[in-house]
Amino acid sequence: MGIVEMTGITKRFPGATRAQSVLANDQVNLELHKGEIHGLLGENGAGKTTLMNILFGLYQPDAGQILVRDQLVTITSPAAAIHHGIGMVHQHFRLVPPLTVTENIILGLEGRGLLDLRAARQRVQQVAEEYGIQIDPGATVQDLSVGQQQRVEILSSLYRGAEILILDEPTAVLTPQEADSLVACLRTMAEQGKTIVFISHKLEEAMRLTDRVTVLRAGRVVFEALTRDTDKAQLAREMIGRDLIALRAEQRNRVLVLAGAQDAAPAGELAAPRATGKVMLEARAVHVNDDRGLPAVRGLSLALRSGEILGIAGVDGNGQRELAEAIVCLRPLQAGQLVIAEEDASHWGTHDFLQRSTGYIPDDRQNDGLILGFDLARNATLKLFRHRPFSAFGFLHDRAISQFTVEMMEDFDVRAPSPFVRASTLSGGNQQKLILARELSQTPRLIIASQPARGLDIGATAYVHQRLMEERDRGGAILLISTDLDEIMLLSDRILVMYNGQSMGELDAYAADAQTLGLMMAGTPLGGAEGAGGAA
Amino acid sequence: MTAREQVTLRRSIDWGALGRSAYQAALSVTLSLLIGALLLLISGQNPVLAFRSLWDGAFGSVNRFTETLVQATPLLLIAISVSLSFRCQIWNIGAEGQVILGGIASIWVALTFSELPPAILLPLTFIGGALAGGMWSLIAGLLKAYAQANEVITTSMLNYIAVYLLAFLVHGPMMDPAGFNFPQSPLIARSLELPRLVAGTRLNVAFLIALLLVGAALLYWRTTLGQRTEIVGASRRVARQIGFSVPATIALVSMLTGALAGIAGWGEMFGLHFRLIEEFARGMGSLGIVVALLGELHPLGMVVSAFLFGALVVGGNAMERNAGVPFALVDVIQGCVILLILARGYIFKFRRGAR
Repeated sequence: MGIVEMTGITKRFPGATRAQSVLANDQVNLELHKGEIHGLLGENGAGKTTLMNILFGLYQPDAGQILVRDQLVTITSPAAAIHHGIGMVHQHFRLVPPLTVTENIILGLEGRGLLDLRAARQRVQQVAEEYGIQIDPGATVQDLSVGQQQRVEILSSLYRGAEILILDEPTAVLTPQEADSLVACLRTMAEQGKTIVFISHKLEEAMRLTDRVTVLRAGRVVFEALTRDTDKAQLAREMIGRDLIALRAEQRNRVLVLAGAQDAAPAGELAAPRATGKVMLEARAVHVNDDRGLPAVRGLSLALRSGEILGIAGVDGNGQRELAEAIVCLRPLQAGQLVIAEEDASHWGTHDFLQRSTGYIPDDRQNDGLILGFDLARNATLKLFRHRPFSAFGFLHDRAISQFTVEMMEDFDVRAPSPFVRASTLSGGNQQKLILARELSQTPRLIIASQPARGLDIGATAYVHQRLMEERDRGGAILLISTDLDEIMLLSDRILVMYNGQSMGELDAYAADAQTLGLMMAGTPLGGAEGAGGAA
Repeated sequence: MTAREQVTLRRSIDWGALGRSAYQAALSVTLSLLIGALLLLISGQNPVLAFRSLWDGAFGSVNRFTETLVQATPLLLIAISVSLSFRCQIWNIGAEGQVILGGIASIWVALTFSELPPAILLPLTFIGGALAGGMWSLIAGLLKAYAQANEVITTSMLNYIAVYLLAFLVHGPMMDPAGFNFPQSPLIARSLELPRLVAGTRLNVAFLIALLLVGAALLYWRTTLGQRTEIVGASRRVARQIGFSVPATIALVSMLTGALAGIAGWGEMFGLHFRLIEEFARGMGSLGIVVALLGELHPLGMVVSAFLFGALVVGGNAMERNAGVPFALVDVIQGCVILLILARGYIFKFRRGAR
């Protein structure tokens, strides 16, 4: 009998229209047993966090019921969840940096009257020792490392009497060493009878840590098993979805049909890899750090030629963003060499990159791609306004700018009432088309496209894909970075899989199958399990 | 296609937004005046009498009206200066210090090179004032750009340094030797005084220069440099991505903003005081920020609000003299305007368009 049983949980987030609304959880059933570590797996947007936020009382389900210790409960708030013994550690910590560990932990539990900090501190120490958590209750939170802060969060839940502890992608923010120590700590807790839900999209971890796994895909439970009865390859397949090859052919046809092409080719005829032009981008054993200064890309090499799309597949957070930012010269190389259009670009700034006929479609379109408070005309000419005809002698030419924007809106099907409405008023699809217009209008020779269709509806996705394929056919060299394996397989000529900042190998897209790619995404290098991936 | 171009290629004035801004500004000011009236009532004074003397003080005669313009002049210049950095998301509150440095430098140039002909020396004093203001502001700009120092702190600290530097100079090195130990510098040559616009009043050419710079500000936002200022203000990340150096832009904008404030100091010296005196810039910095915010950082909006606050200052002085109401009432009104302008989104429940 489970300590928690969630049955038929359905949650829909409203959008402007029903078509835009998101079905985050669809008839989800989940059972948690006492004393187990339960892995909740799925890709980004699969509905894992939504489901757990419902259990923690942050959202109310549209349908379904929750039983805790066989009692039907309605969890209306986190306070109610804690009352039922449910605690949650979010990806972003909820700590007050200038306060001490003890003060943070008792925050909200002070009661009335005077605060007995000494007693509280002793109790914190006691709980910490019980679960083998090493922390100084008197330390100030802002002086602690991320891993230690996470321990404070966990301790805070335990202090409140949590029996069921939900951890939302706890290792995403940790170094490998911190992750190991977290794993040990969770094991101790499970042995003492705590139930732990471990949300993750990292297969390696799930295999290592969990007792049982549930896989969500597109808001539904698609798989559940005891961890020892399954393997990484199977989990990868379940997370990504079966029958990828058939899907790829079908999607390719759909893209061509939507693009108005009559001769949608059957899947078999796609097979011949094209001969390619000169190398436009080359990375030689590049090393790049992330924002925290930790290595994110570790000795990755790749080469991209004109007239091809090189897909970079991989689970989110394996160094793709840092790689893209290094290539567009936003992020310095720690080591290695970058060659763009046969020039050494290792020490370039963004300005140099822009001058080499390049385009960049960043993954965070609202923060990096556009200035939402600016109108379409200013956004469309962000990279051009310093040049004729958009300005001369330092003065902007409004007429040329708006004329260009109107043309771009027609060419790229950006639907907006005028070039002078703010970019924030556009839908995600139209925003992305505006970015495409800006980045592709000058016929770049090298295009870096990061998650170009993320969050878009089917029509806009197909449009983006069609445009990228047109650019490739025109002779552009395109680096496509995506966590969406369908997208990678649909568009790429070659696929490189990234895991933990390294290349797991490269294969011809027409020879790739989901199982191999899934294994590579989970850290097994191409060409067998005996390689370096086994060391992880 | 041609028809569509004609419709859509012109950036039309957004009358709705303009009306909304004007309405909110007017309402803020009216409410602040009402709060002032309430305070007067509570303290047992006659608000009608007080406000009448305020009005008469500001607009009662040609002399009074020109005095309002005289007071509005530095406020307008400072507001333009402040708006430049605010639109780049640089929260520069160091206008007062920059005004002081502009005053010091321009007087120093005038006294040091007094043998030069006025036609050369006067422009030199202008350049000296602008340069000194710009360099003073650049200190904070560089600290922000390259050391991530919070400019609110650095600029206000620089204000203190400037105030005491001025006090030191007029009590020491720059004190008028024939001035009976008054804390002031010697007078500049008569030939360097800015011409008066209306005989018998203090209204001078500095006012015209301020209006000229309003025009320059309007143009500035239509240049690539203005666009760059706004892009860096709107998103440092996008700015980096399109190849702008964020630190260099911050430094440049800091310098421009300080130069404008320095010009305000120059105007005070050569249009009004003709010598360095202590505390000539007192309170101007904060008042200039209020003017900029009330004018929504738009050059024309700031013309209106500078005029309004010029009137409040002149009228407030008259009110103190004639109705016995302390000038502090003007400070209260000022404070209320800031609060209401900052909180207008919550207070005036307007149906916004998108977003």
